[in-house]
Amino acid sequence: MVAQMSSKVLVPRKPGTPAKRWILWVAAMRAWLFLALLLIVFEIWSRLSYGTTFVLSSYNAQSITIFAVAPLLLALGETFVIIAGGIDLSVGFIMGLSAVIAALVTNKAGAVLPPFPAMLAGIAAGLGVSLVPGAVNGWLISKLKVPPFIGTLGMFGVARGAAFILASGTTVPVSNSWFAALGNGRFLGFPVIVIIAALFVLVMHYLLGQTRFGQHTYALGASEQAAVRAGIGVGRHTRKLYLLSALCAGLGGVLYTARFTAGAAQAGEPLLLDSIAAVVIGGASLFGGSGTILGTVAGSLVIAVIQYGLVFIDVEPFWQFVAVGIVIIISVLVDQTQRKFGGDR
Amino acid sequence: MSAVSASSQPILDVRSVSKRFGGVEALKGVSLQLHPGEVVALAGDNGAGKSTLTKMISGVYAADGGEIRLDGKPVSFATPEAARREGIETIYQDLALADNLSIGANIFLGREPMRRAFGFLPVLDRRAMAVAAKETMATLDFHVDRLDAPVGRFSGGQRQAVAIGRAIYWNARVILMDEPTAALGVPEQRKVISLIKMLKDQGRGVIFISHNLQDIFAVSDRIIVLLRGSLAGERRIQDTNHDEVVKLMIGG
Ligand SMILES: Nc1ncnc2c1ncn2[C@@H]1O[C@H](COP(=O)(O)OP(=O)(O)OP(=O)(O)O)[C@@H](O)[C@H]1O
Ligand SMILES: [Mg+2]
Repeated sequence: MVAQMSSKVLVPRKPGTPAKRWILWVAAMRAWLFLALLLIVFEIWSRLSYGTTFVLSSYNAQSITIFAVAPLLLALGETFVIIAGGIDLSVGFIMGLSAVIAALVTNKAGAVLPPFPAMLAGIAAGLGVSLVPGAVNGWLISKLKVPPFIGTLGMFGVARGAAFILASGTTVPVSNSWFAALGNGRFLGFPVIVIIAALFVLVMHYLLGQTRFGQHTYALGASEQAAVRAGIGVGRHTRKLYLLSALCAGLGGVLYTARFTAGAAQAGEPLLLDSIAAVVIGGASLFGGSGTILGTVAGSLVIAVIQYGLVFIDVEPFWQFVAVGIVIIISVLVDQTQRKFGGDR
Repeated sequence: MSAVSASSQPILDVRSVSKRFGGVEALKGVSLQLHPGEVVALAGDNGAGKSTLTKMISGVYAADGGEIRLDGKPVSFATPEAARREGIETIYQDLALADNLSIGANIFLGREPMRRAFGFLPVLDRRAMAVAAKETMATLDFHVDRLDAPVGRFSGGQRQAVAIGRAIYWNARVILMDEPTAALGVPEQRKVISLIKMLKDQGRGVIFISHNLQDIFAVSDRIIVLLRGSLAGERRIQDTNHDEVVKLMIGG
């Protein structure tokens, strides 16, 4: 009695022509392609102008990775927020706040404690204080329904002011041998802060790709309605996201203090744009729903290579901004093309 | 096997429920019964109260008066989740799928299965999700070739199938569909109609809202017509025709 009972095969719409498929592949890999392209350009330039290698110099490689650590840390937290369809503009000054607090508390604790526990106290304080603006961000956005752009912009101002007030408008030097070793020491030949950042990348990669938390972050970015109807506590999840983002910034601040043995309110000032750029270059969409940790790592490296490479080849440093800006714009254009061809609604 | 034995106990028994929104009496004592393996169509003009009725069944709105019984027991669901736990699933018109996730991930969204990698690290069990997705979609006679593709890549009717697949994976016994074919092209509408038949053959109860009499006559056992919040008429589908239904709808 049922007329058509023939089997149906569910076939996802695929971009038809090879050209379109190629575009999609390029779009997905754009951060790594950018990186490869930049390295090739700088390598050729370096060989022609100086007769030396750029890429194979371990000094350059190390400088670039150290350079990339702080923007990468901010970008890792930002990746989650952006995938969920939000944005966190306050990370730069949360980083500054954390750097200042870590320095102040390490010094205060150092007056009564040996250096190692004093450093631990400073680290704990730096990370802990970052959670305060993170919690306020989450509360504003999830409870008071303030748009993320506005709420975190407000927090940008508050954290900035607080950091400068606490630092009395100057930098706060730290005298703690352990802290200095953390920031500038090596372990098995690798800079300690690069090792810490690499371990953190692994944890974030796991969190985004392999846990419910990560899965729900993607779902939230695709459709808040879908998340709500699946029984996901959207408000709670949002609060966790902004806490995570702030914590990443806090770690960035602590490592800044370690590296420069001084906390500064403006520690993260130039890094907000860099971190968002890293996420976008890494393949995340500012519309939410897509992005990966490995992409963000590549995006951070792209920015670090541009900034370091331009200095290396003696271009005026202001060209960095132009170059990073161009790469961001290209990335967003690629993202739009990808959406058009990829069937993502 | 389409005849409905009125003697069997209904899974769902809605007894003269009413609902008021401020000055609007959206429902004025409407009753409805649904048996296992039965498809009931809800028809009526715009604002007749169809969506309100299904939302009361699915726990979105609380009834102002009357009662709802599930398997003979009075129930009152505070939230849609509570209704879902009892096997009442709603397929929303806008589907409520996460377009960037796979079929399996959508089926399990919010209740993802975990496994332990290296014996200790809890990770998403993507294999289990894919297997369940494949099997579930197969019971709807859909055979998926790319289990990792995001559902955004599928067509409207296919996505409807995914939404239905999610409901049946979680053992929905009562499936509510508010205009499931409204946003679809004609071939896709047919697919949804055959999906509803399949749900019926699996012994589930389906209530579906439609403005399309063709669809209603193609798949329902009974039709319930609402008019300005009241029951305008209830007919077994073989005892009625388009004309009569239209007259009931406009209150002729
Ligand atoms: N949340 C609400 N708040 C206020 N009034 C509502 C609400 N939901 C429905 N109504 C009113 O209740 C009445 C019934 O609405 P309902 O959505 O149930 O109609 P419907 O039969 O589904 O109509 P349609 O075919 O247009 O979807 C309408 O007058 C509507 O304006
Ligand atoms: Mg309606």
